[in-house]
Amino acid sequence: MSDALAAAGPQAAWIARLWWISLWLCAGVFVGVMAALAWALWRSHRAAAARQAAPMRSSRALGMFVGGATLLSSALLVGLLEVSVLTDRALARLPQRDALAIRVTAHQWWWEMVYEDPRADHVFATANELVIPVGRAVVVTLEADDVIHSFWVPNLHGKKDLIPGRTTTIAFRADRPGRFTGRCAEFCGLQHAFMAYDVVALPPDRYAAWARHELAPPPEPQGADAMRGRELFLTGSCMLCHAVQGTSAQGRRGPDLTHFASRSHIGAGSTANMPQALSAWIEDPQKLKPGANMPSHFLPPADLAALVAYLETLT
Amino acid sequence: MDHTLPGLAADSRAELVRAWSDPPTLKGWICTLDHKAIGRRFVVTALLFFFAGGVLGGLMRHQLSAPGKTLIGPDLYNQVFTMHGTAMMFLFAVPVMQGVALYLVPLMIGTRNTAFPRMSACSYWIYLIGGLTLFAGFASGTGADAGWFAYVPLAGPQYGLGKRSDFWNVLVNFTEAMGLMIAVDLATTTLKMRAPGMSLLRMPLFAWATLVSSIMIIFAMPTVMLGANLVQFDRMAGTHFFNPAEGGDVLLWQHMFWYFGHPEVYFIFVPALGMISAIIPTFARRPMFGHRAIVLSLISTGFLSFGLWVHHMYATNVPELGKSFFTAMSFMIAIPSAVQLFCWIATIAGGRLVPKSPMLFIVGFFATLMIGGLTGIMLGAVPLDLQVTDTYFVVAHLHYVLIGGALFPLFGAVYYWFPKVYGRMLDERLAQWHFWLLAIGFNLTFFPLHVLGLHGMPRRIYTYTADTGWGTLNFVSWVGAMIEDASMFVFVLNIVRALWKGRPAGSDPWGAPTLEWATSSPPAHYNFERIPVVASREPLWSPPAEGPRYVTGLSTRLREGLVTTVLDALPDVRYLYPRPSPWPIVAGFTVALWLIWSIFSNKGMLIGLIPPTIAFIAWYWPTPEETGAELEVEKRP
Repeated sequence: MSDALAAAGPQAAWIARLWWISLWLCAGVFVGVMAALAWALWRSHRAAAARQAAPMRSSRALGMFVGGATLLSSALLVGLLEVSVLTDRALARLPQRDALAIRVTAHQWWWEMVYEDPRADHVFATANELVIPVGRAVVVTLEADDVIHSFWVPNLHGKKDLIPGRTTTIAFRADRPGRFTGRCAEFCGLQHAFMAYDVVALPPDRYAAWARHELAPPPEPQGADAMRGRELFLTGSCMLCHAVQGTSAQGRRGPDLTHFASRSHIGAGSTANMPQALSAWIEDPQKLKPGANMPSHFLPPADLAALVAYLETLT
Repeated sequence: MDHTLPGLAADSRAELVRAWSDPPTLKGWICTLDHKAIGRRFVVTALLFFFAGGVLGGLMRHQLSAPGKTLIGPDLYNQVFTMHGTAMMFLFAVPVMQGVALYLVPLMIGTRNTAFPRMSACSYWIYLIGGLTLFAGFASGTGADAGWFAYVPLAGPQYGLGKRSDFWNVLVNFTEAMGLMIAVDLATTTLKMRAPGMSLLRMPLFAWATLVSSIMIIFAMPTVMLGANLVQFDRMAGTHFFNPAEGGDVLLWQHMFWYFGHPEVYFIFVPALGMISAIIPTFARRPMFGHRAIVLSLISTGFLSFGLWVHHMYATNVPELGKSFFTAMSFMIAIPSAVQLFCWIATIAGGRLVPKSPMLFIVGFFATLMIGGLTGIMLGAVPLDLQVTDTYFVVAHLHYVLIGGALFPLFGAVYYWFPKVYGRMLDERLAQWHFWLLAIGFNLTFFPLHVLGLHGMPRRIYTYTADTGWGTLNFVSWVGAMIEDASMFVFVLNIVRALWKGRPAGSDPWGAPTLEWATSSPPAHYNFERIPVVASREPLWSPPAEGPRYVTGLSTRLREGLVTTVLDALPDVRYLYPRPSPWPIVAGFTVALWLIWSIFSNKGMLIGLIPPTIAFIAWYWPTPEETGAELEVEKRP
C-alpha cells in the first residue's frame, strides 16, 4: 500500500502535517474568494435589475476590498512560507546517529539494494526489496545506472531523484512495522510503470535475524528436480546476468537472486511471486513486462519446472 | 450601438479597398499579409491540433480506466503522452494565444496591420509544417517518446533510440522560430503602432497582456531552443554536453528546459488574463477597477515567472537553501494573480451585470483557476512537492491551471469575439450546454487525480495492477473525459451553426468599450477607414470630447499607416506597410525543409541552409514598385 498521508515515520508525518495546514488554508481562501465573487455577481445583478446609474460611487469601498484582500493573501503566503521552511528544517534534522547505510542503484527497470558495512564480509545485496528496522534511521545513497529515476516511498518520505553522474542521499525512519510500496517516480522509459519495490519495516530483533539470514547463502536444494534446476541455472544463460551467493553464479546485470523466494513480487512489482507466475515469467518476460531487458527462454517443460523448483528453494 | 467614424468619400474608399485587398487567386490567398487572415489561420490550426491532442488524452484515460488494460502497450503509450503534452503546449496553447493576439491587437489599438506582417505570414507555414512533421513522425511509428520535457539521458544518444527524439528536438526549433517571429511582431506593434493618443496607460489590457507575454517569449524561448540543439549535437555529432561520463551534466538540460518551461505556463496564462480583463468591463458595464494595478500585476508576473523554474527540480540535488528561495518566489507570483482576481471581483461588484455566455466562462475560470492556483502554492512548498511531484496530483494541478486558467478564458474569448471575426452571433443556449458539460466533465476528469497522486500513483505509467486500488478513481476520470468530449462536440456544433445561420452581429453587439468594435464585423482588410484618435481608456464609451476624432492625411492609394511614440503615442512617422510577396512563404517552406532535413542528416543541416538564405535575401530585395511608392508619398518639409 502507499499513501502519502498515512505516515509510518517522522519525515512523512512532517509533510502530512504541512499538507493538512495548507489544505485547510487553501480551502478557506477558495471559499472566501468564491463567496466574494458570488457577492459581486449578486450585487452587480441587482444593480442591473434596478437600473442604477452610478456604479462608480463605491470605488473607495472597492479599493479597500482589493487592498485588504491583497494584504491578507500576502500575509497568509508569508505564514505558509514560514511553515514550509520550518518543515524543511525539521526534515533535515532527522537524527542520523547509528543510521543504517544502504546503497540503492536504479536500473532500467529494477532496483539494486546493497546493505553496506565497514566489514566487507557483512555486505550483502538484494533487489526490489528494502527491509529496514523500525526506530532506526536509514540513510540511502542513491545512484543511477542509466537514466534518471526517482526513489519514493510515500508512507516514509518524499522523493529523491537518482541522477546519472551525481550521487544523492535520502534519510528516513520507520516508526511502525509494516509493508509499504515504493515506486520509481521519474519517467524512465518503457517499463516505468513496473519499477516498484517492497519496503518492509521490521522490529529491530526481527530485522537483525533477517540481515543474518540474507548474509548467509541459501540452503542446499533438496530433491532431484531442484538439484537439476540448479544445474540448469549454473550451466545455462541465467548466471550470465544473475547472482546466487554460494554458487558460481555472479552475474551483475540483473537482480541478485540469492534469497529470491522470500520476495513477494517478481519483475519489480509486475506480479506476485508464485510458482506459476515465475514459470510464465522465465518463459516470456516480454509478455508480462514488454521491453524488460530479460530475454525469453522457451525451455522444455521439464527444464522449466526444474528451474522453478530450484528458484523456490532460494529462501 | 454604432461607433463607426465618419466614412471616407466613395472614391477614397475605393482606393483604400484596392490598396489593401489581395488578388482573388490562390496565390493571393496564400500570400496574404492581412493580420486577420493569418491570425484566423493560427487559431483554426491550433484548434485542430488541440482536438488531436485531446483525442490522445482521451486514449490515455481509456487505457487507464481499469487496471491491466491492454488497449495501448508501453511503447505506444509513451509516444501518446509525449505527443499529447507536446501538441497541447507547443502546437496549441502558445500559437492559439498568439493567433488571437495577431487578430485582435491591431484592431484594438487602432491600426491597419501588425508591424511586420511578412514575418507573421512566414511563421504560419513554419508552424503548420512543424506540427505536421511531428504528427507524421508519430503516424509512422517514430513519435517522440521521452515526454514533452524530453529529459536526457532518456532523450539523449544512448537511450533515445531511432529518430524519435530528433523529431521532438527539431519540432522545438520549428515552434520557437514561429513563436519568436510572432512575439517580435506583436511587441513592436503594441509599442509603436497604437492610434494617436493611446498612451501606454490607455492601452487596452489585452494589448498589455500581449506585450508582456511577447517579451517573455523573446527571453524564454531561446533557452529551450539552445538546449534542444545541444541535445541534437549530442545525438547527431557526438558531442557530450549531457554525458556525465565525459564531464557533461544531465541536470543542465533540466535547468535550460524549465527556465523556458515555467515562463511558458505564464505566457499562456498572461494572454488569458488579458482576455478576461477585456470581457469583464463589457459585461459589468463599467471601466475596469484598478486598471493600473492590473497593468503592474501583468508586468510583475512576467518578471517573477523567470525566477521559479527550480520548483520543477526540488527532487534533484540542487542545494537545499536555494530551494527555499524558489519557494518564496513561487508564493510571491501568486500575489499579482490575486490582485487581478480581486480587481475583477471589484469591477463586477461595482458594475451592472449583463449575464451572457462569455461571462459564464469567466465564472468557470474563477472556480477552476483558484483550485489550480492553490494546489500550485502547495507545489511551491519544497516538502509537499517532494511527496506529490511526478504523481497524478501534478497532472490534476496542471490541468486545473491550463484548462481553468487558459482554456475557459479562451472559450469565453471565442464567444466574445466570434461575432467580430465572422459577423455572426453564437447561440447562447448551446453555449450554456458547452459550458456545463465542460465544467462537469473537466472536474470529474481531473479532481480525482489529486487523490490518486496522494495514493502513490506516479505519472506516465501505461498501466497498473489491481492491488493498487487506483481503478475506481481512474474510471471516474474516464467518464469525465467522455463528458468533456461531448462538450467539445457542442462547441463545434455551435460554431458550424453560427457560420451557417447565425444572427448577424453588427459592429458592436455587446456595447463594448474598445476600438475593435468601432469597425464593421468582420472588419475590412484595412481595419478602419480612418485611423481613430483616442482620448481615454474606453474609446467607445468616452470618445474625444474636443480635437480631432481621426487621423487625416494618410494616403489611401498605398498601404500607409502611422507609427507613434512608445509612451504617449504621439504621431511619429508615416509608415508604408509591406505588400504581399511570395518570398516570406517561400522562406517559411525552405526553413521547414531545412529543419526536416536536419532530422536525418548532418549534411542537410548545412546544405539545407542555402535555400532559406536565398529566400530571405529575395524577401528583403527592394523592388522598383516599392521604392517608387515610397518616393511618391515622400514629402519635403
